Amino acid sequence: MKVKLKVWRQKNRDASGEFKTYQSPELNPSMSFLEMLDVMNEQLAAGGEEPIAFDHDCREGICGTCSLVIDGKPHGPHKGVATCQTYMRSFKEGDEIVVEPFRAHPFPLVKDLVVDRKAFDRIQHAGGFISVRTGAAPDANSIPVPKEAADLAMDAAQCIGCGACVAACKNASAMLFVSAKVSHLGLLPQGQPERYRRVKAMVDQMDAEGFGNCTVTGSCEAVCPKEISLDFIARMNRDYLVALLKGDAKKPSGGGAG
Amino acid sequence: MATLNPNIPSGPLDHKWEHHKFSSKLINPANKRKYKVIVVGAGLAGASASATLAELGYEVHNFVFHDSPRRAHSVAAQGGINAAKNYQNDGDSVHRLFYDTIKGGDFRARESNVHRLAEVSVDIIDQCAAQGVPFAREYGGLLDNRSFGGAQVSRTFYARGQTGQQLLLGAYSALNKMIGNGGVRSYTHSEMLDLVVVDGHAKGIIVRDLQTGAVTRHNADAVVLATGGYGNVYNLSTYARGSNVTASWRAHKRGACFANPCYTQIHPTCIPVSGDYQSKLTLMSESLRNDGRIWVPKRKEDCKKPPAEIAEADRDYYLERMYGAFGNLAPRDIASRAAKYMCDEGRGIGETGLGVYLDFSAAIQRLGEDKIRERYGNLFAMYHEITDESAYKTPMRIYPAVHYTMGGLWVDYNLMSNVPGLFVLGEANFSDHGANRLGASALMQGLADGYFVLPATIATYLAGVKPDKRPATDTPAFKQAEENVQGLTKGFLASKGKRTPGSFHKQLGKIMWDHCGMARTKAGLEQGIQLLGALREEYRAGVNVLGAATEWNQSLEQAGRIGDFIELGELMCRDALMREESCGGHFREEYQYTKEDKEVQDGLVNPGDVKRRDDEFAFVAAWEFAGEGKAPVLNKEPLVYEEVKMSTRSYK
Repeated sequence: MKVKLKVWRQKNRDASGEFKTYQSPELNPSMSFLEMLDVMNEQLAAGGEEPIAFDHDCREGICGTCSLVIDGKPHGPHKGVATCQTYMRSFKEGDEIVVEPFRAHPFPLVKDLVVDRKAFDRIQHAGGFISVRTGAAPDANSIPVPKEAADLAMDAAQCIGCGACVAACKNASAMLFVSAKVSHLGLLPQGQPERYRRVKAMVDQMDAEGFGNCTVTGSCEAVCPKEISLDFIARMNRDYLVALLKGDAKKPSGGGAG
Repeated sequence: MATLNPNIPSGPLDHKWEHHKFSSKLINPANKRKYKVIVVGAGLAGASASATLAELGYEVHNFVFHDSPRRAHSVAAQGGINAAKNYQNDGDSVHRLFYDTIKGGDFRARESNVHRLAEVSVDIIDQCAAQGVPFAREYGGLLDNRSFGGAQVSRTFYARGQTGQQLLLGAYSALNKMIGNGGVRSYTHSEMLDLVVVDGHAKGIIVRDLQTGAVTRHNADAVVLATGGYGNVYNLSTYARGSNVTASWRAHKRGACFANPCYTQIHPTCIPVSGDYQSKLTLMSESLRNDGRIWVPKRKEDCKKPPAEIAEADRDYYLERMYGAFGNLAPRDIASRAAKYMCDEGRGIGETGLGVYLDFSAAIQRLGEDKIRERYGNLFAMYHEITDESAYKTPMRIYPAVHYTMGGLWVDYNLMSNVPGLFVLGEANFSDHGANRLGASALMQGLADGYFVLPATIATYLAGVKPDKRPATDTPAFKQAEENVQGLTKGFLASKGKRTPGSFHKQLGKIMWDHCGMARTKAGLEQGIQLLGALREEYRAGVNVLGAATEWNQSLEQAGRIGDFIELGELMCRDALMREESCGGHFREEYQYTKEDKEVQDGLVNPGDVKRRDDEFAFVAAWEFAGEGKAPVLNKEPLVYEEVKMSTRSYK
């Protein structure tokens, strides 16, 4: 099969970008979408044109490095799969496929289809952890975790941090991502001591990064390669509200060496 | 010749680690912050080491080439992590995990390191559960286990089919905590391109910022490499596309010995190759062998028939037939070789004839489809995406693929290489898996090294280094190393060749698979070395890298990595040629059991199983770089077994 590719090309953050259209060489329907781009890039390089820059790594849908908006949809046509697990059999002979980067203000463009998603890391530096020093943990079976809680926490923890939720949202909201992180830890008994401090810190950082608010259109859930549920946003909002009501913890009164 | 002192503590095996920790020097808390440690990589080993060293008070600088320290390929490990918890009351113990690992590695690992690994395995599970890793639970709230290859107990902890992801996110969260409070400085999109050695000690690295192309110098009191394995030398593998050997290889060229490079793991259950455009092979977790049964048709004529039309009596469940005691849970090297033998006999299935079936129908009948979906749903979905087939209805087609490398930079008991101040963790070192790694042991080793071993052993080196005395980055060694990096970059961009780095990678991969793959011979390896020598020359003149040095340039990144892989490939072939025995994943056709051998007649092994030669080859081969164009120098560390008797490895 052959397809036409209409691809966003932009040399760097400061340059202006444009769509360019390329005719693919002969393709095999069993190729992955990224393998199609590999083949395309070989052809471009042979003609002296710089290859299309795109992010990728594990190519098995778990590292969250790959991105791309394919025909208007982050991670392409299929529900519950990342771009790297999208196969050319999902397209028809002669299709024109439009490929764009994830577009959102907090994800500045690096080159062509590559964007910088470090804002996600910074949100997690603010509170995406349970504070436990190495070596200080009790026996793993000393704190039983109900299976239902562990399973639901796992549903949230599956998030691969790709940013498709932000790219799909008209507000560039990161609520699905942040709520998955908050819920994963907040559902477990180990996560309780820092539960409210955590949600407050992460939401505050999310706002500081310039992500928009949630207006519950559900586009994030629809494109999430791990099908993270919108319910987690409700869970996060509840925790955030409680955190606001509780207010900041009272500062300890002095102390010091004895 | 390099000096290789493994520094194994004295005393009985099960006291060595405790004794070593007690007798090692400590650094007082006020002094720790005066030491700067560079950690390269943030997979399980790198992230856990960075976080823990920072908790202890060291100033830690962490470098990754990814955009975030959460993407390393540890994330892709599916099945689980071993630990000798004996929560199942099925007879497990530290000693049993130790013994299984030594035997699984075909008696080519260092005894003391493996025992320590088994000892700290129990602490890892505690640590991860406390961090909030959502391990699978039973209804009572306690941790669940499953079985993995090479063991007869259930000691594998798991988080659905995403155990590596969850453990990595746990380590990443520990790292986040320490980045957030200033204990760790994190550099992302930053690729290490050289090691700086001052007066024989590792004192810094040279780094290229992948976004801007800026090359910078970083000094430290010690450098830790946790940069993963080198399986992408085969081009097609289950590794991430970005996984590379560059950090290790450039450290090798600065004096660090590379140990047992020919020990590579070919994983038995991967989705078969479908065409020459393919960029990656996808693993189907070993955990599937808990419930899946592996078979091929008994008769060649049946191979092209749909599996449903082949009667039960006409199927050969060859692992159950050949290795009754372990059956479908035979270790990886054995299961892979058996699949190869079936296909060599002409009984392989699928279009290419390079495949065997992994069949769940018996388990679905026994447990129901829902139970199977709960256990392996994500893997079945992944299989469906790639092949367009449902494994609930028809057996999976699988074939072995390159998956892990047991070899790596040589380290002593303290995980320090022969270059003082250079430590190597996780898959990047060679230390714990011998000639074959058991399933669910890579996660265990990465986290053991990072959380528990290095934080205790790094002080043995740092205590001998004066605080606040590291060399400045304007000293000659730093200048020379940066010039080396700039020179390489200029060379690539100036080359007027016609071929892309990727096309060379494909060619390299084919040479390696054909000559240094699942079965190796003297003649084949000698030919491989010749072909690789020619490829290296061709690469220098013929590679074409577009774009500039001062911008995001994936071709340039690739060019450096593939150049290093070509050189490594040659060393792997030399190592495989030197090792005139078979052991674990290293199979030399000249050294295998036949019907004439007593061990076969006694029913210990099958014809075709690997034949070790302990008298001559019970050593670690640590190769030393001797200069461009010169043959590398072989150093030997004898493997002395105090506790275990080296014996014939039987899984029958």
